[in-house]
Amino acid sequence: MNKKNNLINVFYLLVPGFILLISFTHIPAVKTLMNSFYSTAKGRRASKFVGLENYETLWQDATFWKVFSNNIIYALGVIPTSILLSLAMALWVNSKIIGRPFLRFSYFLPTVLPLIAVGNIWLFFYAPGFGLIDQIVTSLGFPSLNILGSQESSLFGVMAVGIWKEAGFYMIFYLAGLQAIPPDLKEAAMIEGANKWYIFWRITFPLLTPTTLFVSVNAVINSFRQIDHIVVMTQGGPDYASTLLLYYIYESAFVFWDTAYATTLSVVLILLLCLIAIGQFFVLDKKVHYQ
Amino acid sequence: MKTIANFLSERLNVIGAWLLALLWVMPLLYAIWAATHPIEYEANFDIFAPLTTYNFTNAWSQAPFARYLLNTVMMTTMIVISQFILCTFVAFAFARFEFPFKNILFAMVLLQLLIMPDILIVENYKTIRFLGLMDTILAIGLPYMASGFGIFLLRQTFKSIPKELDDAARIDGAGVLRIIWNVYVPLSMPTFVAYGLVSISFHWNNFLWPLIITNSVETRPLTVGLSIFSMSEAGVEWATISAGTLMTTAPLFIAFLIFQRQFIASFMTAGIK
Amino acid sequence: MIKFNFKVVSIFALLFSLNSFSAKSVELEFYFPVAVGGAAASTVEELTNTYMELNPGVTIKPIYAGSYTDATTKAITAAKGGNPPPMAVLIAIDIFKFYDEDLVMPWDDILSAEEKENWVGGFYSAFMKNSQIDGVTYGIPFQRSTPVLYYNKDAFREVGLDPERPPQNWAEQLEYAQKLTKKGSDGNIERYGIRIPTKGFPSWLTSGLIYQNGGQMTNGLGTETFLDTPEVIEAVQYLVDLSEKHKVMRPGTLEWGATPKAFFEGQTAMMWTTTGNLTNVRKNAPFDFGVAMLPAGKSFGAPTGGGNFYIFKGTPADELEATKDFVKWMTAPDQAGVWTMATGYVAPRPDAWETQAMKDYVADFPPALVAKEQLAYADAEFSTYENPKTVKIFNTALENVMSGSISPADAMKQAQIDIDKILKDYR
Repeated sequence: MNKKNNLINVFYLLVPGFILLISFTHIPAVKTLMNSFYSTAKGRRASKFVGLENYETLWQDATFWKVFSNNIIYALGVIPTSILLSLAMALWVNSKIIGRPFLRFSYFLPTVLPLIAVGNIWLFFYAPGFGLIDQIVTSLGFPSLNILGSQESSLFGVMAVGIWKEAGFYMIFYLAGLQAIPPDLKEAAMIEGANKWYIFWRITFPLLTPTTLFVSVNAVINSFRQIDHIVVMTQGGPDYASTLLLYYIYESAFVFWDTAYATTLSVVLILLLCLIAIGQFFVLDKKVHYQ
Repeated sequence: MKTIANFLSERLNVIGAWLLALLWVMPLLYAIWAATHPIEYEANFDIFAPLTTYNFTNAWSQAPFARYLLNTVMMTTMIVISQFILCTFVAFAFARFEFPFKNILFAMVLLQLLIMPDILIVENYKTIRFLGLMDTILAIGLPYMASGFGIFLLRQTFKSIPKELDDAARIDGAGVLRIIWNVYVPLSMPTFVAYGLVSISFHWNNFLWPLIITNSVETRPLTVGLSIFSMSEAGVEWATISAGTLMTTAPLFIAFLIFQRQFIASFMTAGIK
Repeated sequence: MIKFNFKVVSIFALLFSLNSFSAKSVELEFYFPVAVGGAAASTVEELTNTYMELNPGVTIKPIYAGSYTDATTKAITAAKGGNPPPMAVLIAIDIFKFYDEDLVMPWDDILSAEEKENWVGGFYSAFMKNSQIDGVTYGIPFQRSTPVLYYNKDAFREVGLDPERPPQNWAEQLEYAQKLTKKGSDGNIERYGIRIPTKGFPSWLTSGLIYQNGGQMTNGLGTETFLDTPEVIEAVQYLVDLSEKHKVMRPGTLEWGATPKAFFEGQTAMMWTTTGNLTNVRKNAPFDFGVAMLPAGKSFGAPTGGGNFYIFKGTPADELEATKDFVKWMTAPDQAGVWTMATGYVAPRPDAWETQAMKDYVADFPPALVAKEQLAYADAEFSTYENPKTVKIFNTALENVMSGSISPADAMKQAQIDIDKILKDYR
């Protein structure tokens, strides 16, 4: 009887959440996965089964590979930088430094500013000629820059904004992690004559590994999910130089209405995320120290 | 014991921290400058330029921002609370019970972590229409309420809570709901706060799905409202967009300024991780 | 679990109470994009309110839908989701897309022969080019534009040019730009002679150059493009030479949104941009400025641009009648005049320019006439099936040319090949 009771409880606990999950994630997802094996339906032409043709198109699509490598560069640039910066920010804000409230406020600020509005301000910073960065650069005697307008630098311009947006957010988690470290550990170490670096590397950082895991999971997800700044600032250009995978999916689905290709790309994105997620958990989970 | 190295590194620390902060706050500083000066001074940083409130009145008149702000607050609050409730229930089931197909069901939950509702937009739109929920704030939140991320986090946290506490409560006659409310929720506060922050930040900034789902002023959130300034045909009016942004995000700054201590403090009270 | 059930029930109760339907009068939604700043949105609302006062049985709900791209996304999503609006103002050149997706209705289906002749026939033919397929009307022109040349009269005076005589042709445009380009004391150029923005959608302005050079980009049926032709390549060469060879234009791809600002800041003495910017420039230029038709190549030429009213399939007959009446009213001379004066778009019918209000406006502000006069030389904007994809290929090719990585001939050749791959299914 206890077991039956258990099952009833489980049922009630799971049902509300799962109804929503299935309706808005699984069923649509299955539908779209199935769609990746069909051609795009048009009003005048129904879609037809094409097997793996969409995947073949994807494999041969030079733009896809360019976008794919953009994502890798973006991830490699943004994730470590924003995590390291956020850790530094947390350490500073947690210490006795002058002007702490100002620092804390400034670092966290990007999180509360909607990217669709503040992206335009960044557009001003990057504008050649009268933009802030260019004004500084030319007043120092260097030639004018067109960061967002040139293929070599537009991705980096966008990455800078990505880092700016995320670092302060991760700082909060590191702050919480730092403040959860019992001060007596540090005191004990200091009494024994350890210097600041030793304390940081042997005590603080290891104890922060759960936070680092949480933050890095978020950072990876965000690096694939954040495309608002691209929508506002570069629209993926010039010539796909600053396009990320999700932006390419968005463009294929909602600008070109090539829904079959978009779902094919989505399947790739999902697989990629799965691999990274699994990798992360295996690698980092082993290194996490729990108190 | 202050050595010269210590002294220098301390000074460098302060300088480094401040430089970074100034860099970080630059967009806000620029927004304040552009919003309070006439358009001619958008790119001219002349200290003696005249101040004006025109940009604020102009921005305000272009869209009902007070209402948009209210909508965003209502939407975010509704989503986060629903997530707290739904995800807690599901996470608790996975953390504390055994039942058939448990692993498959959990894999289904994890799948949601990776599949973004934005990609499934056309299908989700059809579902919302079928439910008769077009153009409602509820519809903006519905696809996000059962959050794989939240379930995962909470399950993790719940698992780390000692089982003896349940048993003690059960002996006292508490049912499942009471156990959750009295034992698990208080001990998981830091996770709730952390997750709440992630969620609020995401939904505050969400643009595409609300654009598609909402049609009227009564439901539209801020991001869609502010996008009226992002139009590319006429050229970007930085003064106006700065004024609009400032007016609509000022409440958030103030809230953060007041509550930042509370945020951090709540992490400390439970003291776990 | 009684608490739980109560919560679910009360949520649904709340929902249904929020969705009250009033089925008495005719209720029409229409999506509109805002592409020239917020004043346009409030003008739309004012116009709609006036119409509702005059027509008590009809409720019109204008729905702000974002940019042109966002509005198209919203309309197509709604239509595919089974919930199309009766009407929407959407970018004219997506006509083949909407047709191909079988989402829009021909206006011809709800117009009498007399209406076709007098109402539809009364729009400028230049605007009808992106509004019809094979003679059947799918879009009614509403917020239409052409690009024009804006120039800084003070800068003209400074270098000895006659401020009342803008450049008339390509050679003069280049010559003036050379005179107007100014170097600062540090050797860097502080003012360029001309700025033709090329980032994002360069194809619009470049088509002006193409038409001026006697070229044609498409066959008008949406199924073929002619990018790999001498006229097109020469036009693109002229454009890239401005920055690469003659150095009178800032190199690289130039942001559309920053162009008016560059003009105001004196960083360019002339600029090409839409007449839709007229009100903005009038308000904010800190110097005396002039507006002129785009300089002629072998002849004058310009593309049209902007949005049309579309009607969607699946709309019930009574709503269609009400829609037709509303759109007729919105495009009638008085309302077209109000719209033009508030935004700078070109009133799409000759009779709209004959009202007293418009005559006074033009007398007070002659530059408003330039775009209208240019209509005599204007031609369709680039439009084909799968337009979003083909225009992106064209735009990307142009961006690459402007960034100096490929020659115009190679870029256009490759673009033609890529577009052919897409369009061959439609022939």
